[in-house]
This record gives sequence, C-alpha cells and structure tokens, in this order.
Amino acid sequence: MSHDYSLAELLVVAASEAWRDNGEVLASGIGVVPRLGASLAKLTHSPQLLMTDAEAFLVEEPVPLGPRGDYRPRFSGHMSFARVFDCVWGGRRHVMIGPIQIDRFGQTNLSGIGSYARPKVQMLGMRGLPGNSISHLNSMFVPNHSTRVFVPGEVDIVGGVGYNPARWQSGMNAGHVDLRLIVTDLCVMDFGGRDHAVRVRSLHPNVTLEQVRAATGFPLEAGDDLPVTPAPTAAQLEIIRRLDPHGLRAGVIKGNPPGVRSA
Amino acid sequence: MFDKTLTAAAVVATLRDGMTIGIGGWGPRRKPMALVRELVRSKVTDLTVVAYGGPDVGLLCAAGKVKKLIYGFVSLDAIPVEPWFRRAREAGAFEARELDEGLLQWGLRAAAMRVPFLPTRVGLATDVLKVNPDFRTVRSPYADGEVLLAMPALKLDVALLHVDRADRLGNVQTLGPDPYFDEQFARAAQRTYVSCEELCERLDLAHGEDARFNIVERSCITGVVEAPCGAHPTSHPPAYGWDLEHLKAYTQLATEEGGWEKYRAQFIDCSEADYLTRAGGAARIRALALPIF
Repeated sequence: MSHDYSLAELLVVAASEAWRDNGEVLASGIGVVPRLGASLAKLTHSPQLLMTDAEAFLVEEPVPLGPRGDYRPRFSGHMSFARVFDCVWGGRRHVMIGPIQIDRFGQTNLSGIGSYARPKVQMLGMRGLPGNSISHLNSMFVPNHSTRVFVPGEVDIVGGVGYNPARWQSGMNAGHVDLRLIVTDLCVMDFGGRDHAVRVRSLHPNVTLEQVRAATGFPLEAGDDLPVTPAPTAAQLEIIRRLDPHGLRAGVIKGNPPGVRSA
Repeated sequence: MFDKTLTAAAVVATLRDGMTIGIGGWGPRRKPMALVRELVRSKVTDLTVVAYGGPDVGLLCAAGKVKKLIYGFVSLDAIPVEPWFRRAREAGAFEARELDEGLLQWGLRAAAMRVPFLPTRVGLATDVLKVNPDFRTVRSPYADGEVLLAMPALKLDVALLHVDRADRLGNVQTLGPDPYFDEQFARAAQRTYVSCEELCERLDLAHGEDARFNIVERSCITGVVEAPCGAHPTSHPPAYGWDLEHLKAYTQLATEEGGWEKYRAQFIDCSEADYLTRAGGAARIRALALPIF
C-alpha cells in the first residue's frame, strides 16, 4: 500500500462514504472536503446522487473547485435556493457541514460561541441547520477534533437538532432526524451507540482511541479491534486531484499532514 | 399611462423611524446597495431589518440604524462572517432574532398570504424557540395531532430590491441564475421599491422575450429607481461579480479604531455618482469577474 496521500485526501474518501446507498438525494457537501467527498461518491459508488454547481444549477458531472479555465459545467436542472428549501423540507437531501460545536446528542452550532444574548464570538448564524437536521440525512466534518468542538453538555447555541430527549416535547415529530457520519482529522464516528450515542467506527492511521477520547468532551462508545480508516485507492486519488486542480484541500488541515502520520 | 420612477432620496423620504424593512438579495449577491447607502445617509433609525444578510445589514449595523435584526445569516461568502454585523452583535448593539433560512421565507410567505402563521417542523428542538420568545407551537387539528412551530407572518412595511431591468410601470426582470426570495419580500411588504441597472419605458416593448424573468407582478412594486451598478459591492450576475477588493478593505476597517468614520467619509458621505467614481467607476465595476463557487 502506497503511503503517498495526504490526511485531507483520506478524509475526502471517508466523507464520500456518507453518501453511499442514499439513492437519488441532493448531495450537498459544504466546504472543500465535504464537497470533494460528495463529488467522489457520485463519480464512484453512487451515480444516482444529485449535485449542484454550488450556485443554482444541477450537474451530472461534479464541478471542479476553484477557477475553471476552459471548463464549462453542463446543467441538467435548476436548483435555486427556493427549490433547495423545498427539497430540504421534502427530505431528499444529505448535507455534510462543519459545525463549530457538536455535543453528545448530535446537536450542532454554527451561530456563535458564548451566550446568545452577548456572544463572545459571533459566527454565521443558524443558516439551514434547524431545517436540515429535522428534515433529512445529515453528516458532519471536523478538521480539528478537540474538546472545543466536541463539547461537554450542550452546544452553546442549538441550531441543528439531535437526539436530546429533553428538547423533544410530546407530539413533536423527530422521525426524520437521521444523523450519519462524523468525519474528523482523527477518526470516523457515527450515532450507532446505545440511544444514538456517538460511536467510533474507525481510527485514522496511527491514531489511538485514547487520543480520540482525550480530544472529545463527552464519552464515546467503541468496539474492540477498531478498523483503520481505509486508505484512498489510486483511482480515488486520481479523481480527487482532478476535482481539486488548485489543491485547495492542502489548506484544510494545518500543515497539510500526510495520511499516515508518524507514530 | 403612469410613472413609478423616483429618486433614491425620494424613497428614503418615505421611510420612518421604527419601520420594518425587508431587503432582497442573498448575502453578498444582488443587494439594493444604492438604496441602502441612501438610507444610511438619512436620519431614519430604530429599524427592524429582515434579510438574508450581507453588506446591506453590515452598513446598517455600522451606522447604528438597526434596533432589531431578523436573519438566518449575515455573510460575505468569501469572508464568512460579515464584519460590521459581527462587531455590532458582539457589542450587543441590537436585538438579534436568528432564524433558520427556510423559516425566514416561510414567515414572508405567511405575510404574503395574509395568514397569521404557517406551520412547519423547522425550528423545533432547537434554540430558534428560545431566541424568538414570541414564537408559539400549534397542534395539528387532524388525527396525527403533531406539534408544529407556528411561524408568525413577517410583515414588512417596506421591501427594497435590486433588479436588472425595470420600466416606469413597475415591471421588473432579474436575469441572474437565482431569483432568491425577492418575490416573497415584495409580497410580504406594504410597499416595495426596486432599484434597477437599466430603466426602460416599457419592458414589454424593450425586452418582452425575457418576460419569464419577471419575478413578481408590477402591482407589488411601488416605485422604481434607476441605479446602474446599484448592487456594488455585491454581485449582480450575469452583469458583474462582487468587489472582493472593496469588501476586503471594508472588512479590514471593521477592526480599526475610527474605521467606520473612514468608510463613511469615503463611500457614504457623497452622491451615488461620486460613490461609483470612488469605487473605481462603472466600467471597472461592470468588468468585475463573476465569483466561481
């Protein structure tokens, strides 16, 4: 096995797995790694996926990131923001975003740090988190796995819903909530533990479970003999490099470390 | 016939302290910036602003015009968090009513349909309910008995939009790839003013073949202002891209002592014609490359 791949490339491949067997859903990867992951999924195991040019049109061939030179995307349909909301509320979508905080319930925050009344740091706002999380499949990307992101207790401002019974009053319908993968720079996790507890699925090369637990503000479930996150294949690397001709993925993780970090 | 054209100053002269103003466009895209600049020049204040926010919201925050802000986000895209919005928000300068993006258009739709609310699941089990303490839930009267959020109508006193083309009668066309929610802003408002890149006598005669790009009928349009490059520094596809150089300088000023006074002196305290000259001129603006996503 060649070790000639970056951690970011490993994460793209891990992220692409989120969209496997989803059927004809709109695959929305927000940010460099999620977008490359969705594009890789469509070009390999899941051609049924719908995807946009990241503006307003549907494409059947994922659009490379950054300046395009002579490349002109070909459009198969229209996906204005109004139609995105209709698609979201109808449930045929799977989005992967990078929240600033995630808690043990899978609740997410993109609004800010500190109290809502007077945030220490104001971030984007809730954006589409409440609607996405209560309507369709959701996954998360975390380039800096740490207790600052995976917080103890609840996230400071709950934008995306999760599996927190205290937040679901009688009569509210949580039936469409379906949180899938969390891809981080240390591991891949899901919500497959007891009562949807966060569970480690695989560790990246030379990462230990102790290391992951120390960087997480809440308990994690994990089976014995955790697998190592699969390395990208040569074919996958070729696709990633074609989709990211300007190498934006090199800027995702500080120092752009190799996929196999020194033990 | 009749004529709905007027000046930006005449639009702003109809605004009053305490009004609820909706602003069309999306983040740094197709914002009615010429109208917003004119509003910043005025004495009108204590506004409730409803927007998918970009530098429109940033300027109004910087100028201290915002009493309450109803928003899903305020962003310059390439610069993720709008710098003047962030500064005002962290200083506790206005009442912040954060919403899901889809919920915002749902509230506009309720206002447009003249119903008190529209039901949705969106916002349940999140802090949307906590940060909007006046929001209530409602139980479905049908057999399912589901509890839903009753998103209240977001009624606007005035909506401000920027479009590609308009005529004196109030017909409008937007040619870009996404109409955003301008139609819903117009329908939710008592009065809607549009600024336009190109003013025509009659759109049916000049550009009738593009009638499918008409986003809302003219009965929803109160007044029309001719404002070439009026979306600058936001993008106006397909005509021109956003002005990242301008937005970066604007962002830098938000971290400096006296930064707003500097920006204001250069880009607000002047006529719109002078603004365009100071921003590099119409030819430069029209040559701004469209952003690549």
